[in-house]
Order: sequence, then C-alpha cells, then structure tokens
Amino acid sequence: MLIAATIAILVVMALTIVRGCMGPTLYDRILAVNMFGTKTVLLISLLGFVMGRPEFLDIAIVYALINFISVIGVLRFSDSFGFKPPHQDKASGEKGS
Amino acid sequence: MAMLSGIYGLLSASLFVTMDAVDVAFTEASIGAGISTLLMLTTIAMTGRTEHSVRHKPLLALAVVFVTGALLIYATLDMPYFGDVMAPANLHVMPRYIQDSMAEIGVDNIVTSVLASYRAFDTFGEVVVIFTAGIGVLALLSFARRPEDDAEISSDNISMHEQNLIVRIVSKILIPFILLFALYVQFHGDFGPGGGFQAGVIFAAAIILYAMLFGMSVARRAINQTFVQLFAAVGVLLYGMVGVVSMLNGGNFLDYNVLSEDPVAGQHLGILIIELGVGIAVATVVIIIFFNFADRIDILKHKVNKKL
Amino acid sequence: MMDIALNISSAICLFLGSFLCLSGGVGIIRFPDFYTRMHAAGVTDTLAASMILIGLMLQNPDAIVISKLVMILLMTLFISPTTSHAMAKAAMNSGLLPLLDKKENKDGVKSS
Repeated sequence: MLIAATIAILVVMALTIVRGCMGPTLYDRILAVNMFGTKTVLLISLLGFVMGRPEFLDIAIVYALINFISVIGVLRFSDSFGFKPPHQDKASGEKGS
Repeated sequence: MAMLSGIYGLLSASLFVTMDAVDVAFTEASIGAGISTLLMLTTIAMTGRTEHSVRHKPLLALAVVFVTGALLIYATLDMPYFGDVMAPANLHVMPRYIQDSMAEIGVDNIVTSVLASYRAFDTFGEVVVIFTAGIGVLALLSFARRPEDDAEISSDNISMHEQNLIVRIVSKILIPFILLFALYVQFHGDFGPGGGFQAGVIFAAAIILYAMLFGMSVARRAINQTFVQLFAAVGVLLYGMVGVVSMLNGGNFLDYNVLSEDPVAGQHLGILIIELGVGIAVATVVIIIFFNFADRIDILKHKVNKKL
Repeated sequence: MMDIALNISSAICLFLGSFLCLSGGVGIIRFPDFYTRMHAAGVTDTLAASMILIGLMLQNPDAIVISKLVMILLMTLFISPTTSHAMAKAAMNSGLLPLLDKKENKDGVKSS
C-alpha cells in the first residue's frame, strides 16, 4: 500500500510538472510549484517509511516550511513591486469585464 | 520569469536523485528550493522583468554550449558506474570514514564528522567564501538611506499592511516554530541530518518571511543591521578561533583532539562549536544579502511612486 | 486483532489519500482556468495530505515519529489554505478574471 501511494504521488507530481510547463499564466505556474511542493512533502514522508528511515521526516518539515516561504516570496515579488493596492485594480478589473 | 519556476521545479526534482543522501537532500531543500529562488526573484524585481533584446549571434553561443555539453558527457564515460564497489571513492577514504569515525569522533552522523572534522579545513574555506559574498553584497549594494525617504517608505508600507491579514497572522504563528526548528536542526546535527549550514538557512528564512510580510523598516527595527554584520564576523571568527585554540594546545590547526583531555570529547566539543560558527555565519550572511536587496527594491518602488 | 485493524485502517487511509491526490492531479490538468485549478489543488491538498499522514501515523508505534507526523500535518493544514488564499488574492489583484458563463460576464464580475 505504501508503494502504491508513492507511485500515485509520483504520477500526480508528473501531472503538476506538465501544468507548470504549460501554464498559460504566471499564477498557474506558481500554483503548480506550490502543489509540487506539498506533494514532495508527502512523497518524502512516504519514502521515509518505505525505506525504513524515519529521519526523512525532518526534511519533510523543512520542505513544508521552505515551500510556504518561497511561495509567499514569489507572490510578494512577482508583480515586480509587491502586492498591488486593491482599489486601483478593482477599477481596472471592472473596466475589463 | 517563467523559466524561474521551471528552475525551481528542476531543483526540487534533483532532490529525489539525492534522496538517499539525507544531508544533501536537506541542504538542497533549504537552499536550492527556497533561498536561491527568492534571491533570483528579488534580482528580477530590481532589474525589471523584460530584457533588452540585443542582436548578436546566438549561433556561436549555442555551438559553445553544445561542445561543452558534449565534452562533459564524454568525461562522464570515464567515471565508474553508479554504485560501483571498485570506484575510487569507495576504496580509499570511505572505509576509514565508515569504520573508524565512530571510534575517533564519537558522532553518530558520519556526514557531520566528515564535514566538520576530517574536512574541517575545506569547510572553513566554504564559510570564508560565504562571508566574502556577504561583504561583497554590502560593498556593492549598501548605501545611506535618507531619513525623509525612510518615513515615506514606512507610510507606504503601512498601507500595504492593512491587506494580507490572513497571511500575516499565519506567519506570525509559524515563525517561532521555524526558529525553534532551526535550533533543533543546528544541535541535532550530531545525531541526524542537519548542521550549521541548513540551520543557518532555515533561521534566515524565518527572518526573511518576517521582513517580506511586515516591511523592511519594521524588520530593521526588530533586527539591528550592525548587530547582524557583527555576528557574521563572529561566526567566522568562532570557527577560526577553534583552530587557533587547538594550535595553542599543541595540535594542528582545527585538530580537536587536544581541546579536552579525552580526544573523543574534544572532537565533540570542536564540532559543536564550529557548527555553531557556521550556523551564525550562514544565517547572518543570508540576512544581510536579502536585506540589502530588499532595501534596493523599496527605494526603487519609492522613486516610481514619486514619479507617478 | 489490533494489528490487523490498524493495518486495514491505515491501508484505507492511504488509499483514500492517493485517490484524492490523483483526482487533484487530473483536476489541475483538466480544469479550464486558474481559479478552478486552484480549487482542485487546494481542496484535494488538505484532505489528501491529512489522509496519507494519518495512514502513516497508524503504521508506526514510535512516539517521536508520530509527533513529527503530527507537526507536518498541522503545518500543512495551516500553510495550504494560506497559500491558496494568497495566490487567489494576488491573481485577483493582478487583474486575472475567473472564466465565467457569457451571461454572468455581462453583469460584471462579483467577487465574493
């Protein structure tokens, strides 16, 4: 069962990479990277059990934290100068719709 | 911009290849996936997202890349097969590390004992390289901020802080755990995967998270820059001083056996101290680099706002 | 008896977790726009992750391992919704609009 779950997660990761390469917008790519990260956490903990080395769980924790920080960082710096104030964008968004 | 996420994915993918090497995977997770992406992004935010298209001959560059790649592949043909028992790496020093390190160093994690004791001099070189990188960033990017700019920037930041409430609260909850976990990694390096480099990066990542969400001026108030710079030097000096002390005690440079009466206890003490030195140096240098980059971005943003 | 029950329940948890993971993976490929994809990723992420981690917890009697797994679980439960929220907000702010039916689009976008 452990191995089956590992294979399932690997498949999902492959699908995520496909979305990351295809992703029409920047945010699709960020989403793919984030999902890849969460799946990596699961994969690492599963692999730790498959190989019988529970110290892999440390890496899983690090990965979860670093994933969070880097996604926040990407979002913070992605629209080149931080999160834009919403009121300007709402106006432009309504015009666009 | 689009390529960056791809690079990130690749880095994390290379993590699996090194999966069996716990310490390498650890470093990869903390540095490769997190910090390098962040620094790349800050650079892009500073320089702008689009590149000036320069018309030059791309074919020549392509040819060079192909030739180099072919040479590298050719060179790997000479390498021993993966996991070959007769490979030179497995014949010369490896048995000694595996068999004797327990008796000589008394540290459970062989990687730590190799890194911090057998190869202590190399590691010292690495720490000095990191320190030099920090000094380089300071020399190139730091500048005096004018106080009136400072005030306006912080008012910009306050308006930004009224948003992102959820992210800020969750980060506030998480940051103490991240710091605690960094300390755990730091001092658990003797027994499991971990050590100074990784702990330093995790520690710095927590502070970077704080600085990103609460603005540079708040972070600056919480973490004094001169203090950080002082500690970067202290970290490297701590490492060097261990070497000097062991020389004074009659051993070689960075020979921990003489640090205490019992050689194994001396090794333990030496590794603990130099790991601490490495951790302090790495954490402070990463913080210095990020703060200087982010300051630049703040100033640029401020200038843009003024123009509008 | 106890062992068998634990094994079976852990297997069920792992199976559910991998099924949810797979459905999330299919969703992230098949859904038409960013927000629906985020729904696929975010909704399956939390439940799938907790199912797999609980399944692992049931397999191991060691207290340290279980506490580490609980830490990972708590972190995932905190982090995953937060990143989803931040991403959706950033995407909305940058002017990316959800794909809607033509009729709704005429009335203007109501973001809730």
